[in-house]
Amino acid sequence: MLKVQNLHASVDGKEILKGLSLDIPAGEVHAIMGPNGAGKSTLSYVPTGRDGYEVTSGSATLDGENLLALAPDERAARGVFLSFQYPLEIPGVPALTFIRTALNAQRKARGEAEITAPEFLKLARAKAGDLKIDFDMLKRALNVGFSGGEKKRMEILQMAMLSPRFLILDETDSGLDIDALRIVSDGVNALRSPDRGMLVITHYQRLLDYIKPDRVHVLSGGRIVATGGPELAHELEREGYERYEKAA
Amino acid sequence: MSLATAIRDRDVAELPGKRDEDWRWTDLRGLIRALPEPSSAFAGDVGEGPFDALADDCRTLVNGGEALIALPANSKATVALRLVSRGAGSHAASVTVTLGANARLRLLETYESDAGSVSQTSLTIVLADGAAVERIVLARDHEDAVSVSQAAVRLAPRAEFGQTIVASGARRQRLETRVIHPGGHATLRLDGIYLLAGKRHSDQTTVVTHESTDGATIQLTKGVVRDQARGIFQGRIVVAEGADHTDARMGHHALILSDRAEVDAKPELEIYADDVACAHGNTVGALDEDALFYARQRGLPEADARAMLTEAFIGEVVDRIWFDGARDVVRDWAAERLRA
Repeated sequence: MLKVQNLHASVDGKEILKGLSLDIPAGEVHAIMGPNGAGKSTLSYVPTGRDGYEVTSGSATLDGENLLALAPDERAARGVFLSFQYPLEIPGVPALTFIRTALNAQRKARGEAEITAPEFLKLARAKAGDLKIDFDMLKRALNVGFSGGEKKRMEILQMAMLSPRFLILDETDSGLDIDALRIVSDGVNALRSPDRGMLVITHYQRLLDYIKPDRVHVLSGGRIVATGGPELAHELEREGYERYEKAA
Repeated sequence: MSLATAIRDRDVAELPGKRDEDWRWTDLRGLIRALPEPSSAFAGDVGEGPFDALADDCRTLVNGGEALIALPANSKATVALRLVSRGAGSHAASVTVTLGANARLRLLETYESDAGSVSQTSLTIVLADGAAVERIVLARDHEDAVSVSQAAVRLAPRAEFGQTIVASGARRQRLETRVIHPGGHATLRLDGIYLLAGKRHSDQTTVVTHESTDGATIQLTKGVVRDQARGIFQGRIVVAEGADHTDARMGHHALILSDRAEVDAKPELEIYADDVACAHGNTVGALDEDALFYARQRGLPEADARAMLTEAFIGEVVDRIWFDGARDVVRDWAAERLRA
């Protein structure tokens, strides 16, 4: 599935990722934890192809295919999905229109037929129901005037509709109260499957009580400095990142 | 100085230009060395206009002429008004629109040129008490044309006037609207859209004078310019002494999609009354890169993502059109231009 090898990446000439390696097989959920400034957001943007993040060496592949050579929309069509820490507001574009346009663009890129309007609406109703999203909200401009929790639920809805193969969740728990956290986590857990991989980036252990990872990695100073099972997250919650910051 | 006089007298010295403050960004005097020959009468078929299917009545002026649209009190009409230029001559047209008390008019106006003509249209629109007009202007001129439209609107108490100008530019294109606003709970909406490519130029100029108390004006103009195009917005709202409780809001926002495109904006509020609520906002910038990445991350190719975001940007103005039939025509036309 996703393989990142010795990745070095810079922003404005400043190196943020300094030889990061990760191997996430299909069917597994890996968590990345780390202090502020460790490079967590960069790790979400480099595999998805955001402008301004320059890869100076190393590789990132999905099932052997070089992601770094593809445009952001081509990576999306291959099944890479990023749930944004701060989902963007898209004034003037109803959420349903946005999601349908995205879904059909991905289908087109993969040489598949467009989804029909009735099929799409049926799918949207079902997935919105699972996430306790009022269907009328999907007729409003995407994320405009939505609360933090609503925006995160819209991310998960898009994820469920687009059915990606590899998910990157960037600080998905930020801004969520406990009820929203449960709904969002249920949505993510429903997508766990043997042919899908997930990278969950978080500052706090809390999210990992709901989305249970197979492996936990500590990111510090632009590299993975420790790897362990779920117990590592609890240890970090107890003892903090200080020890690892020194190691970096 | 006026283009109408210059055309009538075939005198370039009459052309407005840089030295006229209101025309400094649309300098006709510097541009036109000699006026073309007067346009000849055109007897051929001008085809269908974009609003014909929506109108009860179609008025077409080809290469100048005069028209009168007069609605008696309490009547209702939807009129397509086409100002058509055929060939590369010069000509002027004059249109008078009058509404009796409580009459309602949808005026669907188009400018259609097919070559390097020089044309001027004067419109006088007078509303009686309680009358309502929605004026939609689709200015789809030829890239070599010089096209100027000048409307003088006089409202009455309790009248309602809504306007949306949609322009794609020309060699020089100017759409000017001057409104005398008597207050008295009359309301005014003056909106605009310009979508410019190539070397096209479009100028939307508005002047609203609030003469008395309790008047409202809302204005929203949005533009998208690319290549070497140039968009101009000049909006002036004057609130005369004593015109208290005036509520006036003006917004102009433009997206510049290339390094060589240009937008010039001059929003002005001149307030001589004490108790008013007035505001203006003006922004000129590029497409939001964060939103663009977001859309691409969801699978939209770059060109589609840009088109979707620019259409949405313009959509806010399109949505304010009251007449749904005209709204659809404008939306489709704008989408076609943005995807071209």
